[in-house]
Amino acid sequence: MTEPYRIQGETGAWEVVLGLEVHAQVISKAKLFSGSSTTFGAEANTQVSLVDAAMPGMLPVINRECVEQAVRTGLALKAQINLRSVFDRKNYFYADLPQGYQISQYKDPIVGEGELLLDLPDGSTKAVGIERLHLEQDAGKSMHDQHPQKSYIDLNRSGVALMEIVSKPDLSSPEEAGLYVKKLRSILRYVGTCDGNMQEGSMRADVNVSVRKPGDPLGTRCEIKNMNSVRFIQQAIEYEARRQIEILEGGGQIDQETRLFDTSRGETRSMRSKEDAHDYRYFPDPDLLPLVLEQARVDALGADLPELPDTKKARFISEYGLSAYDAAILVEERATADWYEQLAKGRDAKIAANWMITELFGALNKAGKDLSESPVSADNLGGLVDLIGDGTISGRIAKEVFAEMFETGKPAGEIVEEKGLKQVSDTGAIEGIIDEVLAENADKVEQYKGGKDKLFGFFVGQTMKKSQGKANPGMVNELLRKKLDG
Amino acid sequence: MSLDKATVASIANLARIKVPDDRLEAMVGDLNAILGFVEQLDEVDTTGVEPLASVTGHSLPQREDAVTDGGYQARVTANAPESVHGFYVVPKVVE
Amino acid sequence: MSDLLDLTLAEARKKLAAKDISSTELTRAYIARMEATAALNAYITTTPDKALQMAEQADARLAKGEAGALEGIPLAIKDLFCTEGVLTTAASHILDGFIPPYESTVTTNLWQAGAVLLGKTNLDEFAMGSSNGTSYYGPVENPWRSTDEPDKKLVPGGSSGGSAAVVAARSALAATGTDTGGSIRQPASFSGIVGMKPTYGRCSRWGIVAFASSLDQAGPMARTVEDAAIMLQAMAGHDPKDSTSAPEPMADLTASLDQGVKGMRIGVPAEYRVDGMPEEINKAWQQGIDWLKAEGAEIVDISLPHTKYALPTYYIIAPAEASSNLARYDGVRYGLRVDGGSLAEMYANTRAEGFGEEVRRRVLIGTYVLSAGYYDAYYLKAQKVRALLRRDFDQAFEKVDAILTPTAPSDAFAIGENEDDPVKMYLNDVFTVPASLAGLPGISVPAGLSERGLPLGLQVLGRMFDEGSVVRVGRALERAADFRAVAAMVREG
Repeated sequence: MTEPYRIQGETGAWEVVLGLEVHAQVISKAKLFSGSSTTFGAEANTQVSLVDAAMPGMLPVINRECVEQAVRTGLALKAQINLRSVFDRKNYFYADLPQGYQISQYKDPIVGEGELLLDLPDGSTKAVGIERLHLEQDAGKSMHDQHPQKSYIDLNRSGVALMEIVSKPDLSSPEEAGLYVKKLRSILRYVGTCDGNMQEGSMRADVNVSVRKPGDPLGTRCEIKNMNSVRFIQQAIEYEARRQIEILEGGGQIDQETRLFDTSRGETRSMRSKEDAHDYRYFPDPDLLPLVLEQARVDALGADLPELPDTKKARFISEYGLSAYDAAILVEERATADWYEQLAKGRDAKIAANWMITELFGALNKAGKDLSESPVSADNLGGLVDLIGDGTISGRIAKEVFAEMFETGKPAGEIVEEKGLKQVSDTGAIEGIIDEVLAENADKVEQYKGGKDKLFGFFVGQTMKKSQGKANPGMVNELLRKKLDG
Repeated sequence: MSLDKATVASIANLARIKVPDDRLEAMVGDLNAILGFVEQLDEVDTTGVEPLASVTGHSLPQREDAVTDGGYQARVTANAPESVHGFYVVPKVVE
Repeated sequence: MSDLLDLTLAEARKKLAAKDISSTELTRAYIARMEATAALNAYITTTPDKALQMAEQADARLAKGEAGALEGIPLAIKDLFCTEGVLTTAASHILDGFIPPYESTVTTNLWQAGAVLLGKTNLDEFAMGSSNGTSYYGPVENPWRSTDEPDKKLVPGGSSGGSAAVVAARSALAATGTDTGGSIRQPASFSGIVGMKPTYGRCSRWGIVAFASSLDQAGPMARTVEDAAIMLQAMAGHDPKDSTSAPEPMADLTASLDQGVKGMRIGVPAEYRVDGMPEEINKAWQQGIDWLKAEGAEIVDISLPHTKYALPTYYIIAPAEASSNLARYDGVRYGLRVDGGSLAEMYANTRAEGFGEEVRRRVLIGTYVLSAGYYDAYYLKAQKVRALLRRDFDQAFEKVDAILTPTAPSDAFAIGENEDDPVKMYLNDVFTVPASLAGLPGISVPAGLSERGLPLGLQVLGRMFDEGSVVRVGRALERAADFRAVAAMVREG
């Protein structure tokens, strides 16, 4: 177990208690309650129906796919699916909220309690409780930088379906918060219910932060709103926890409030002005009836779910003999896991994993590419692993070949052939090189024989260099020993 | 329950309806009369009664996921008191 | 006044089909009548050019034998229904200049049946009122005058006051209304016409400016029960655009119309004999009971024990829903905008100036009963009492097929009366609100005249989705009452 996360204050160590509310945009063609499109980046107010613009007398009708996406997500979070749920109105005024209320779910959400497993860096896992998941409408967008005295309103986003996924306050460090978001994103992408694109705002998080002395009851929490990167979430938590500790240690108390993370200054600040009016007056939306699901439909959706990251990870560990850490990396994205399985098929799965994680991910990272853009295909990387396995090339040469593959996209065999990189395993040829090396370094041979054992490595190096790396290193070692010590 | 001027002022703020000070007193009186009237419900024993959610007893119909609407910027902005380049325009919102 | 105006909808339909008259002739007669009765202030907008155009098209279809159920029939539409390209106001300043780019489902159904639009009728602002006195466009005058004070202008009832007045004044052959707590039935009673609220969910709410979503229901206002049945048949139907629209098919109402009430069990609820109700209302009610008995119905005393809590329940639920439904009137996308230094001020100014006093009152009450700490005590409590009210009816309908009550506790009162006391005004709906809360169908049929010579209506309520029994009993009452009285202004032309 790793050490629990603590913040050292003047009066001692503090622990942080964190809960996350993640807003995930549902993948669907049309909006939650209207038939207009959900695609990103269209011209202002072109993806707006009369319903989205809240014209008088317009009424919502729910999108079946959005309901099913919420159920899929709930099932993937091993959560209770509520066969009866209710849509409520959350009433508040804002320029980008045309109805004057958001249709959401308050008392009876579609999904109840579930669980998510964090994959900790030491290979262990930690269970985080899911409190609930509900469906709601996204708001439109206000633009404040177009005119000195005016704000411009675009309702294209208005009415797009969101899932709000609320965790229990089970997270206890910025790192865990980050892992939670990554794991949730991974699950959502696996089941195809959210694209997880945080830059485009498809996933945003509110974080509830409180601090306490270990063993004390929960402290008063503040909610930091609307963050769209793991890095900001972690920075905001650190700042906010320290702020609260300073107040408490100074004898003050925490006001429960909503705060905003100022990314440029790295600080959280109060949104109190907005909060004055926050009495949402939730009540069941009389334009909608209770949402009733049949168990058979839920079961059918469950049966169609793909293998999920936790199951896949367990399988990778047992079937391929991978470490928990490597398995967790490989299963984070479904496409990555599929890529790996194609690579590992009929090969040494551990060597395959090493090549993929160390070499391929390293190179991709350096090139700023992701796996889908990899110049090296799974079959080609497999070819390279095969050449190492059958002794055609050495591991060292293989790295050289890989660099070339990454550069050109050519298969390993072709590069080895072209550049004549085949490993030399002919005893006679290697002996000839060794003889040359020993002859050229007669003085060092003397020293070695005089007891300077460390020079053995020098001879190995010289031999490999003379063979341009192609000599089989095992044989070089063996033959050198024979010649020098024999 | 009887409302005072401060409560009515805060309800009016919540409802975004300006009630001038000289009208507040009269509004307080009206609202209290209505509340006094509806508070007869306190007499009714509703123990164990489920609130009525839908008179027809139906559940929510669900539509297919297809893009069938939108794509008419001019239509949704035609009635706007102020609009520019297809946007609705409002007094600047200070965050 | 043209003789054409004496025709009922059913009669006009026959004459149009037989080509005895044309829709254009009929429409011209109504346009002339609209002009002659303009002083009633019953129309907010008239659309004579559009009417003539539609009449011409109707005549063409009639000529080709392609007539719809309402082909060529000139109708008035309550100005709560959005009509494409025609100003729609909900009688509120806040919808200033609003031209809907869409047509409500109910009016679409009417135009598809061949009906002709004469204009948009006045109403209480956002349908909130029982006198038509809260309209931004001023009060509507009832075509009827009392015999004791013939100079006093009377209200037509509300909120569908304009629709009731135009039917009573013969400046439309029939009209649409909407009923949230009695807004079709009470003005029908005050104006001597037939008004029917079908079962909640029968008529699509899509495109009708919302007041209280769980209660709002459109219905016909007409001269006879048959006319109302014909019109409802065209208005109703399942609409996938309204999630609360009912999929149950409606029986052919005109078929059951003349079946009589022999063998039907008619409930008479004890709780509708309220304190302080004028004796003439009781008398009219008793008369109705006697008529139905004479026609062979079995009269059954029933109890609806939670009746007295219906109004308080209604005055929590309706304002609560309204406070939320009216949040969209914010000066951003349509209607009135009154500037302010900030967005919040713009909202507050727009809504203060745009909403009239009664609307402001109800929005504030609704806001309060939903607010933190009060929701359970008011809104949730009201929804529970609403369940009890519904249970009362369900139990009663195990014993009876329909229920007979007065429609309103009085005849029409003078314009301006009751306006200083909102609660007193609310009492007008004491007999209509219970069925609204329960979702049941109901009809008001003129049954006679009060001592002051003003019309009094009787209300028939039926089971959920049983409009057939409602029109059947209504028709029996109509036949027995043989109500032929018309307002003096109609009699005199």
